[in-house]
Amino acid sequence: MTAFLAALGLIMAGGVASLLAGRWRSRAAVGGIVAGSLCGLVAAVRVLIGGPTPAMRLPWRVPYGSFSLAIDPVSALFLLALFVLAPLAAVYGGRYLEEEHGGEPLGGVWFFTSLLIAGIALVFTARNAVLFLVAWEVMSVAAYFLVTFEHRRDEVREAGWTYLVATHLGTAFLIAMFLLMGRAGGSLEFDEMQLGHASPAVAGLLFVLAVVGFGTKAGLVPFHVWLPEAHPAAPSHISALMSGVMIKTGIYGLLRVLLLLPSPPAWWGWLLVAMGVVSGVGGVLFALAQHDLKRLLAYHSVENIGIITLGLGVGLLGVHAGLPLVALAGFAGALLHVLNHALFKGLLFLGAGAVAHATGTRDLDQLGGLGKRMPWTGGTFLIGAAAISGLPPLNGFVSEFLIYTGAFAAALTGRGALLVAAVAAAAGLALIGGLALACFTKAFGAVFLGEPRSPRAGRAGEVAAALRLPMAALAAACAAIGLAAPWVLAGMARTLAQVAQAFGLPSPDAQIETLRGALAWVSLGALALLAAVALAVLARRLLLRGRTVTAAPTWGCGYSAPSPRMQYTASSFAQPLVDLFQPVLRTEATATLPSGAFPGHASFASATPDPAERRLYRPLFAGVAALFGRLRWVQQGRIQLYLLYLVATLLILLLWKVR
Amino acid sequence: MFEINTLLVGLLLVNFVLLGASRLGTSVRQVAAQGALLSLLTLAEHAGWGAPWRVWLLALGSGVVKAVVFPYFLRRALREADVRREMEPYVGFTASVLVGVAALAASLWLASRLPLPGPVEAPLLVPVSLFTLLVGLFLLVSRRKALTQVVGYLVLENGVFCFGLALPEDAPLSVEVGILLDIFAAVFIMGIMIYHISREFDHIDTDRMSSLRDEAT
Repeated sequence: MTAFLAALGLIMAGGVASLLAGRWRSRAAVGGIVAGSLCGLVAAVRVLIGGPTPAMRLPWRVPYGSFSLAIDPVSALFLLALFVLAPLAAVYGGRYLEEEHGGEPLGGVWFFTSLLIAGIALVFTARNAVLFLVAWEVMSVAAYFLVTFEHRRDEVREAGWTYLVATHLGTAFLIAMFLLMGRAGGSLEFDEMQLGHASPAVAGLLFVLAVVGFGTKAGLVPFHVWLPEAHPAAPSHISALMSGVMIKTGIYGLLRVLLLLPSPPAWWGWLLVAMGVVSGVGGVLFALAQHDLKRLLAYHSVENIGIITLGLGVGLLGVHAGLPLVALAGFAGALLHVLNHALFKGLLFLGAGAVAHATGTRDLDQLGGLGKRMPWTGGTFLIGAAAISGLPPLNGFVSEFLIYTGAFAAALTGRGALLVAAVAAAAGLALIGGLALACFTKAFGAVFLGEPRSPRAGRAGEVAAALRLPMAALAAACAAIGLAAPWVLAGMARTLAQVAQAFGLPSPDAQIETLRGALAWVSLGALALLAAVALAVLARRLLLRGRTVTAAPTWGCGYSAPSPRMQYTASSFAQPLVDLFQPVLRTEATATLPSGAFPGHASFASATPDPAERRLYRPLFAGVAALFGRLRWVQQGRIQLYLLYLVATLLILLLWKVR
Repeated sequence: MFEINTLLVGLLLVNFVLLGASRLGTSVRQVAAQGALLSLLTLAEHAGWGAPWRVWLLALGSGVVKAVVFPYFLRRALREADVRREMEPYVGFTASVLVGVAALAASLWLASRLPLPGPVEAPLLVPVSLFTLLVGLFLLVSRRKALTQVVGYLVLENGVFCFGLALPEDAPLSVEVGILLDIFAAVFIMGIMIYHISREFDHIDTDRMSSLRDEAT
């Protein structure tokens, strides 16, 4: 616990120092975050490899509150994701912010970055509902100030408002949930809650409140609308932190509540599987239709949260059906995907930031040909793209493989409803994977392959080492998890044991052994794939030795004067799929078609607004606004009237009291 | 001079005068008188001439501030703004006095029901302080001129102060001094504000300042 408290102290000390440090602002904050994260890693890893669970409880003067923290194996796994990504994002951000916004005051943004990291760490470790909510709000509000960093731009302020409203609506559900939990469980300390015998109605209500409240933070469809707005607005390393770790606090909260609630009925699993499939497919489809690189990545966060939720749903179905292997595989896949998503989504956002930094734009149709100009960024982005698409030999494949295993195991034992859910989960996951692959082929191809579509993309050069190193480290981590999958699962054994125990399953050692056996084949296959690729490269070298190799412009196709405009654009590449899903996407296109033998001006533009925002929230909020508009007569603008309201309220309360 | 009940009745009468006064000058004079009465009441409540030095300090301090300094500010603001009468209050003067009678009855009833931490020496103290409070609130709600608003605010505070006297040891003198300081700053600022508002808009009618509210969009 000392190491963890030291981590919090160092991170916050760096943040405060950054406010005062003048020219040393970035170095102070980065130093604090890196040193603190190392301490935090020590604390988390010690628990994961079998150390005792550190815990502390200090009294707090807030009613029902206590400063009680504990790092159990579930917390430790989430902390691991945080403390791996945070220092890398901070190192990247130190250079990125100084280069991009060097003349502006940056103390504030660093302070809130430190506060965000410390807040997330507290959320992962708090064992008291009041403390949890306080940490939750600290984290959410810090993130608001980071989203609105470039507050001079209108769309950034707009995104900030959307985020703030969404997060507070989510918190409102959480407050209701914790109040109800405290009432039903007799305590607001997580360790002392007695919810095991809560009635099905109460437990179901708690579960639904948790899904809405935590789902809003996690970005589950249809609560995701803030996500594609807020992530692109923030600086890239902040997007990486928010998408990589902050939205995982929603998953963590959901899991923590599930561990406290009584044994799950089948419909909880069904609900999570359904929401997971909808979020996953919806997220990736909307990603496919985007033109903005960071917006595209933000929609992929929705997709990956969907995959994680799907895994949790499969796990719950397994628990309900009494199939330990299904449950274990589902939970293991979901938890590993939390870690994996932090790694590859962090990597992709950092890569998108590097591209935006080098070219000044995030519009896919302004980019192109950056692979030759920015080989490091291009190479690491490719690794991240392959990982997020769930391709071997990388980490995304491992976690999705575990979820598939769970779904298949459930399908094979096949009993009615469970069979349907399992097949839906597996088919949904397959559809998500395929569409994600298409989407990242589009994104990577448009940005890094072909010829530059704008002069600025043509002039771009590789970014500084401080930006490249974090990306390289994350790419290496993605590959390492893919190649060492059986050992990674062994490292999660304690976390899985805790989950299994909470759900009343037998000790999971046997199932972990089974899954490790399967993963050994995955890793062997990955190694074989790498060997085959190495052989192919070697063969190419040998065959080309002594021959002249000429390079021609991409898409040259024998024309004497090829132009970058002859390439596929990102939109045209995605068009067949976008057209296929037009009923869902409702892409709006405006085109001036060329006409005549010598066509003159022609143009084409398309946009895909979010239907949840358009059709659900906008009418809803308009209705609420209209309702409150009826109360406008209360606002007369006369001070006497306002005083009268106050006086009347006070007098009525007084009379009611002394009655 | 330190007869508590006499002082309380004086306070009560001053409240009625305030309710019926249309001249702003009268209001300011009455509120000054109320301040002076309260300062005497403080001493009377704490054994007259033999009161401890802290009580003397409080009594003298509040007396000077409420009976001398505030009226000076207000009269100055009055002179600068060049207004003499409260025109067209939301509730007429006669009606105001009637409301005052009702408020007095309500205060007497309330005082009989209000659970107090200890016994009160003077039976009239609590009702009169509640009545002063209600009159202050009523003046705030029913008058238009910014200056009468300040007067209402002062009366309200006098009520709070008076109520504090009814609770012998529960309201420490330091709290009273703190409140006094707050009021001082508030009246000081309001005096300046009234002056500036009248210079900017040629009037100090608060009901004509409603155009700053949030309009329907």
